[in-house]
Amino acid sequence: MTLLSTRGLSKHFAGLRAVENVDFDLPEGEVRALIGPNGAGKTTLVGMICGRITPSAGRIAFDRADITALPAHRRIRRGMAYTFQITSVFARLPARENVALAARRRLRGAEADAVVHEALDRVGLLDRIDQEAGDLSYGHQRLLEIAMGLAQAPRLLILDEPTQGLSESEIAGFTALLRDLAGRTTVLLIEHNMSVVMETADRVTVLDYGAVLAEGTPAEIHENAAVQAAYLGTG
Amino acid sequence: MSAARRSLALHGGLIALLFALQFVLPDYHHGNLARIMVLASYAVGYNILFGYTGLLSLGHALFFAAGMYGMGLTIQHLGFTPAPALVAGLVTGIVVSAGLALLALRTSGVAFMIVTLMFAQAGYLTILYFGEYTRGDEGFVIQQAERVLWGIDLSDPTNRYFAALILFAICLMTCLHLVQRPFGKTLVAVRENEERVRMLGYDTFAHKLGAMIVSGTISAAAGAVYGLLFGYVGASFASVQYSIFPLLWVLLGGAGTVLGPFIGTLFMFYLIDFSSGITTAYMLIAGVALVVLTLFAPQGLTGELRRRLWRWLP
Ligand SMILES: Nc1ncnc2c1ncn2[C@@H]1O[C@H](COP(=O)(O)OP(=O)(O)OP(=O)(O)O)[C@@H](O)[C@H]1O
Ligand SMILES: [Mg+2]
Repeated sequence: MTLLSTRGLSKHFAGLRAVENVDFDLPEGEVRALIGPNGAGKTTLVGMICGRITPSAGRIAFDRADITALPAHRRIRRGMAYTFQITSVFARLPARENVALAARRRLRGAEADAVVHEALDRVGLLDRIDQEAGDLSYGHQRLLEIAMGLAQAPRLLILDEPTQGLSESEIAGFTALLRDLAGRTTVLLIEHNMSVVMETADRVTVLDYGAVLAEGTPAEIHENAAVQAAYLGTG
Repeated sequence: MSAARRSLALHGGLIALLFALQFVLPDYHHGNLARIMVLASYAVGYNILFGYTGLLSLGHALFFAAGMYGMGLTIQHLGFTPAPALVAGLVTGIVVSAGLALLALRTSGVAFMIVTLMFAQAGYLTILYFGEYTRGDEGFVIQQAERVLWGIDLSDPTNRYFAALILFAICLMTCLHLVQRPFGKTLVAVRENEERVRMLGYDTFAHKLGAMIVSGTISAAAGAVYGLLFGYVGASFASVQYSIFPLLWVLLGGAGTVLGPFIGTLFMFYLIDFSSGITTAYMLIAGVALVVLTLFAPQGLTGELRRRLWRWLP
């Protein structure tokens, strides 16, 4: 079943075509990587999907319903979760409360507590549960973002460059986490780190100048000459 | 002891202390404290919007006056007794705060400050315009005979003190309860990072609307009780000065703390009382003290206490 699809989705910023006429389909259960050079329009595309950015044209369907007109919070309630490219945690609140806010939208009391502990444990931050989010290192704040996504138990998890600023070992941990999610949660992953993409994605979509340049398995994308020219540079 | 227990003990302790003080305070301070408790209730209401939700209103006098006039006018012109008049004041507060919230919450930041300021000013002018009923600037007195609630004469200092204490206890405990519940915690999150809260699936507009109605209603309750206890209803309570007061009290006492509004109101009341005993330029002394305090305790007295000693303080 197709969980998410867009038709003719476009966003123009004062003449700049950040996203142009994108038709995109994401089957349920798949881990899809979205790659492309800086400024290709990846963040803008997922921003329209989750409701942060109003499209200039086009339609979005989630779980067979047209959600183009829904405000962001109602899309999230339908089962999307979005983690920000630019870390956006509650800096003056403890890690615990950051994740609890994510969990409390659907759970209360002891159930919410359990989910908070589990989510922090999965990203390896359980020992920092009472630390203020603003005091965490940049990498840990990124992991906290991911924990906030997990705590929502979303049907579609949108991750915008989650490994940016993570150490090698944290990236390995993240890759393992993603593999563990695979099959149960549909994931849309914006990622610059190609080894993470190769190891985790079922399929890859390449965006260039706001349009879909190619789509295929990681191996196919790796071989694709056009992609190499646009994105991988020398290849 | 858990943080929730500790804070219940602390805030319950304050109310018990205020109860006990009634028997030992000299007349002068006794009267002052009754007034402070009602004004602190107003500040508690203000703090829910400003301190916890992060919305700076410059128009809360509108809510205070809505409660006061909702109570006073129904006594004066419709012959209400105090109990239904208080209800009328509350209902007026709910309606006015919901109405203003629906308009003002379409804006944020400085625009929100200006919109609330303008509507409060419009409210003030409305009171003056209908001077035939409101007696405008001059205001009107609520006679002693009209201030008897269930056989209790509210003009009597002891009764008045207890009535003020009951109001304050209700407001304080409502606030404490609110901020420990998920709704209140979400308000704090809205203050910290509204966009993130929205992207966690919360309807932030609905939360801010709720906060503004609770805040306005508590302010209106304080206004209604103030008019009833002190027997006077006047347009000065709707003036911009009365919108600035709760902001100052809350800033001094500690924005976003349950105790802060009371501490701030108490402190400012006695600061002015003390300095006006020394010189006619008392506002100067008060001003200097405020500057010193904001320099050395930028989070307010209770905020500083939380930062240094009691991190669990709600
Ligand atoms: N709010 C905005 N106003 C104007 N231009 C914008 C805005 N947001 C994005 N853009 C422009 O749209 C284009 C696409 O930006 P976007 O952030 O979607 O790219 P991206 O693929 O996520 O890049 P990166 O890999 O650097 O995160 C860029 O040229 C960017 O400068
Ligand atoms: Mg981006």
